Amino acid sequence: MIAWILSFGLRLLTGAHGRWSGCAPEPVQRIYCVNHTSHLDFLLLWTALPGALRRTTRPVAAADYWNAGPVRRYLIHHVFRGVLVDRMGKLAQPLEPVFTALAQGESLIFFPEGTRGPGEGLLPLKSGIFHVARECPGVDLVPVWIDNSYRVMPKGVFFPIPLLCSMTFGAPLRLLGGEERDSFLLRLRIAMLELQPPQ
Amino acid sequence: MNVPHEAVLIFAGLGVALLVASVVGYVLHRRAAGAAVDNLNARIRAWWVMIAISGGVLVAGNGAIVALFGLLSFLALREFVTQTPVRRADHTALFVSFFLALPVQYVLIGVEWYGLFAIFIPVYAFLTIPILSAVFADAQKFLQRTAETQWGLMSCVYGLSHVPALLTLHIPGYQGRGALLVVFLMLVVQASDVLQYIWGKLLGRHKIAPRVSPSKTVEGFVGGVLSATLLGAALWQITPFSPVGAGAMALLITLVGFLGGLVMSAIKRDRGIKDWGQLLEGHGGMLDRLDSVCFSAPIFFHVTRYYFAV
Repeated sequence: MIAWILSFGLRLLTGAHGRWSGCAPEPVQRIYCVNHTSHLDFLLLWTALPGALRRTTRPVAAADYWNAGPVRRYLIHHVFRGVLVDRMGKLAQPLEPVFTALAQGESLIFFPEGTRGPGEGLLPLKSGIFHVARECPGVDLVPVWIDNSYRVMPKGVFFPIPLLCSMTFGAPLRLLGGEERDSFLLRLRIAMLELQPPQ
Repeated sequence: MNVPHEAVLIFAGLGVALLVASVVGYVLHRRAAGAAVDNLNARIRAWWVMIAISGGVLVAGNGAIVALFGLLSFLALREFVTQTPVRRADHTALFVSFFLALPVQYVLIGVEWYGLFAIFIPVYAFLTIPILSAVFADAQKFLQRTAETQWGLMSCVYGLSHVPALLTLHIPGYQGRGALLVVFLMLVVQASDVLQYIWGKLLGRHKIAPRVSPSKTVEGFVGGVLSATLLGAALWQITPFSPVGAGAMALLITLVGFLGGLVMSAIKRDRGIKDWGQLLEGHGGMLDRLDSVCFSAPIFFHVTRYYFAV
């Protein structure tokens, strides 16, 4: 309920316009691999999905950030149904919650950069998405480019301004047999960057 | 629920016109399908929605008209700001523009405070914006950034807000019919745009402003302005003007609207975009539909106020 209200507000602020250029919004299991520049990103992506898909799509988020206060903790667990991963390296298998969610048939919103970038371009992709692709080879990885959200709410400000944001969904890809980590990450990186709208 | 019967007749007429347009669009689609026909049909579909919303708001009353234009200003300003290279230091100035200047302007119109809504943006908002940007200590391209935010407010908020401002005019013998003046202005501006498009498609040969707006032609301009002027004169009964006066007002509205469209096209050219957005299928963004209104509304408001209001 709160998520739907937030989502409506976000549509008013940004339009949250989804362009499905490489695939259609179908109810199949997917991992959306999204560039990350703003706190609004996963809510934006979620807003661009049709209602039926929203119910089965969960964001993968950083446990250290979201467990830091009661409001954040409530939002991520009860509103966004986030899949929390530990970035601090204390656990032997930090991606375990991701594998569990995928095994339950959920779609995921995944930020392969692992943190928020400066706005333009992409940070180097972390290896997490490679491990996920290797562990769950039957799930489509959909590259997504969110345009403009860093201008709506840049790092360090607490209120958003209204600006149109678009999300471009690319063609699904999967880990090829025998593909090495670096070549896979490069392929995903290029697939994401190619979705940037022309300036 | 106090709609003048003229408004009912006009909306019935619009419904018939759209029905004819839809049939023509369907026949064209069957005979010669193509991108241009698809765009035409998308435009006609969007017109159905716009006319339906306008009719609903008219029934709901003057408060709803003010609120609708407040929303339109918001959508237009959002499109405008999206196309400007905003910097981090402008964040507060833009936040204030959207969430303070815009609602205050429309509230002032709602309470009919002419003395303040006529100067609120050009004086208070225009001075506040550079102050806010300077406080955040980013001097790069300062004047350009300030001017961009100010121009966004000027066209999308100040200009557009003069449409519902027509409701605040007190014209002898025209009490309680202010909404008809809004209908008159919007109908003439939008008809002029549509008629320029139709005349241009039918007869257009010579480009009128190839470097600023390559799709506008001399034939479209002349045909559109003349036929919209005739339409305006024919609508004189819903205005406080005489038939000649209504035609002259319509001529003024269409000329200023055309020039306003040219200005907004120049901004789009400079930004390298064709449309402001994709909110309205076939038309582009909200600002593509309202660019001429942003200019003609304040002029129409002040000319009417000067000559007819007390």
